[in-house]
Amino acid sequence: MAISSTSVAAAFFNSASAASNLKPSISFLSPPSRKLPSVSVHPILKSVISNARAISIAPRATPSATTTTGSFHGLCYVVGDNIDTDQIIPAEYLTLVPSNPAEYEKLGSYAMIGLPASYETRFIEPDEMKTKYSILIAGDNFGCGSSREHAPVALGAAGVAAVVAESYARIFFRNSVATGEVYPLESEVRICEECRTGDVITIELGESRLINHTTGKEYKLKPIGDAGPVIEAGGIFAYARKTGMIPSQSA
Amino acid sequence: MSSSTFVPQSAHFIVNKDLGRSAFTSQSLPFPVPKCKKSISKKVVSVMAPQQSERKPASTGSVKTAMTMTEKILARASEKPHVVPGENVWVNVDVLMTHDVCGPGSFGIFKREFGENAKVWDREKIVIIPDHYIFTTDERANRNVDILRDFCMEQNIKYFYDIKDLGNFRANPDYKGVCHVALAQEGHCRPGEVLLGTDSHTCTAGAFGQFASGIGNTDAGFVLGTGKSLLKVPPTLRFVLDGEMPSYLLAKDLILQIIGEISVSGATYKSMEFVGTTVESLTMEERMTLCNMVIEAGGKNGVVPADSTTFKYLEDKTSVPYEPVYSDEQARFPSEYRFDVSKLEPLVAKPHSPDRRALARECKDVKIDRVYIGSCTGGKTEDFMAAAKVFLASGQKVKVPTFLVPATQKVWLDIYSLPVAGSGGKTCSQIFEEAGCDTPASPSCGACLGGPKDTYARLNEPKVCVSTTNRNFPGRMGHKEGQIYLASPYTAAASALTGFVSDPREFLQ
Repeated sequence: MAISSTSVAAAFFNSASAASNLKPSISFLSPPSRKLPSVSVHPILKSVISNARAISIAPRATPSATTTTGSFHGLCYVVGDNIDTDQIIPAEYLTLVPSNPAEYEKLGSYAMIGLPASYETRFIEPDEMKTKYSILIAGDNFGCGSSREHAPVALGAAGVAAVVAESYARIFFRNSVATGEVYPLESEVRICEECRTGDVITIELGESRLINHTTGKEYKLKPIGDAGPVIEAGGIFAYARKTGMIPSQSA
Repeated sequence: MSSSTFVPQSAHFIVNKDLGRSAFTSQSLPFPVPKCKKSISKKVVSVMAPQQSERKPASTGSVKTAMTMTEKILARASEKPHVVPGENVWVNVDVLMTHDVCGPGSFGIFKREFGENAKVWDREKIVIIPDHYIFTTDERANRNVDILRDFCMEQNIKYFYDIKDLGNFRANPDYKGVCHVALAQEGHCRPGEVLLGTDSHTCTAGAFGQFASGIGNTDAGFVLGTGKSLLKVPPTLRFVLDGEMPSYLLAKDLILQIIGEISVSGATYKSMEFVGTTVESLTMEERMTLCNMVIEAGGKNGVVPADSTTFKYLEDKTSVPYEPVYSDEQARFPSEYRFDVSKLEPLVAKPHSPDRRALARECKDVKIDRVYIGSCTGGKTEDFMAAAKVFLASGQKVKVPTFLVPATQKVWLDIYSLPVAGSGGKTCSQIFEEAGCDTPASPSCGACLGGPKDTYARLNEPKVCVSTTNRNFPGRMGHKEGQIYLASPYTAAASALTGFVSDPREFLQ
């Protein structure tokens, strides 16, 4: 294949003139197909297919942060420290089964509904299924609490492309990578104190950089490292097949 | 590396860390199990993993690298002579547990990835325990239990603790209740093994000296098909608890003390090993309480070295041979924390975080609306015995509604049959009735995590609750503005008697 990884990434991440569009839509968040699941194919499976295709033509000799490219652009929603999974997706919604396509969509519509009333801006408008905030910015220990995979799935299904937190609880981070639903990125400073909900953000994965267009400030992110290629592939299964750890599905 | 000249052990550490990293990214050679052939393609029997170059004993003459318990368990499970923290290894899973909340999603992923007709890797190593949303009219919740049953039938799963008659749990002899307590009672927790479960409190089983940790649906789907999981070896923090345990303290106080010390992220990615004379004196159920809340400090797993208490507990519960392992004397612990337990006082964790530690007596002015005794943390037989002891000592009636949710059917039976010490033969249930508590409910996770709106004792209004459960984040027990004070069964019972957060010494001395 003649296509370079950069151009593949560009095609997939659809880097529409980033800052100029002030009405960020889900169409230019990570792989668009993942965020706009059709009824015929399961959303996660679809992401596996589309992303696996993308990754198959990217050079994979030395998977590292530098191979994870692309960018996200959109509005951010800002939360504080120790946001636990009950706030991301309260337990009463855990009857929804994430691997069921219709229930996957519904899970997304409840993302972050457990935040206390002190968060005046809703993450998702009452009659909407998706959020207009494609980037979630958080403080320390994001995703602590239960091991429910419903948490990163709800965020992904709601249209979140990336979470940028100061740090993560282990299981949330792992589930984000395993499902390929959201990029769990880490900031070097407490940007949750310098960004406000509604700010326009661009994240450059390749450069591990976050730009807040509203404030004009730029921040360095920690490299996503080995987790990047797994998320890019669409999760741990797609990655394991791609790298020969498990046999391909057609075998 | 200059350090190797005077700290040979850290030289091993560095060398192996590099090996570990390459293990995760390279893709050259197979895992030492038979390669998958097309004829058996429906079941994935091999997980390819990169080769590690044979590690030669160091030329300095050192032939053994000291390891912690957790490192030893993961080394054995990954068929390696040794592992070091930070290394990613493919481990063979001894037991996979899932329940009604995460089972259906895990099965969905298993089928999607391995095929509609795929078979699980080992029907005898999977334990399926409906326990979260059982006694509810919520149709989706009921359907999820049906999904578990269908899958277990189809896959001929050996250990499925089913419930069909929701009207009377006792009509379901197979039904157990809360998974972490059931796992122990049914003999699925064994020293030296690896237990993974789709629930963060799977770490409870570390009380048996095994590696036990919570995973998500996708990882569980992978384990269902392969019996393996890619785990990063955690460094181990050591907690040395010495001194005689005062009669008014329980293991819940010890773990609240520790979480308050290191915060809700203090052990993130790390193992927590509990040792010391106090730990040695704890019963299995109390050790389970200690390990149960490791996740509340962010920990990956918690372990207590297996000893005669462990072996005795296991005597009539399992016939599976097991082999305990113990930390080497020279093992590396990045941090060690020491506590003189004899000096500790009864504690609570204030809303809305398990690390908001306070002395129970400091909160004596906090008026409460109800008390909840239940869950994998505080709903075991000994937890109810402890509460009964306080009620018995006081001879008084509770001042606020007091809800009792036994973790399992066995616990329920114990409440109704075991005599409470010093009561002249009364059972917990009699003492609870005399104290004016609510009748013990059907065993399940109950209102610990809120659940469907009709869940028994759920916080549907912004009330203040003293609870023996494990989390008090906003909305945990139902209402977002509800306030939860986490406490031991002693403190919970004392608080029920006064209507305020109370130190149990008011009644126990």
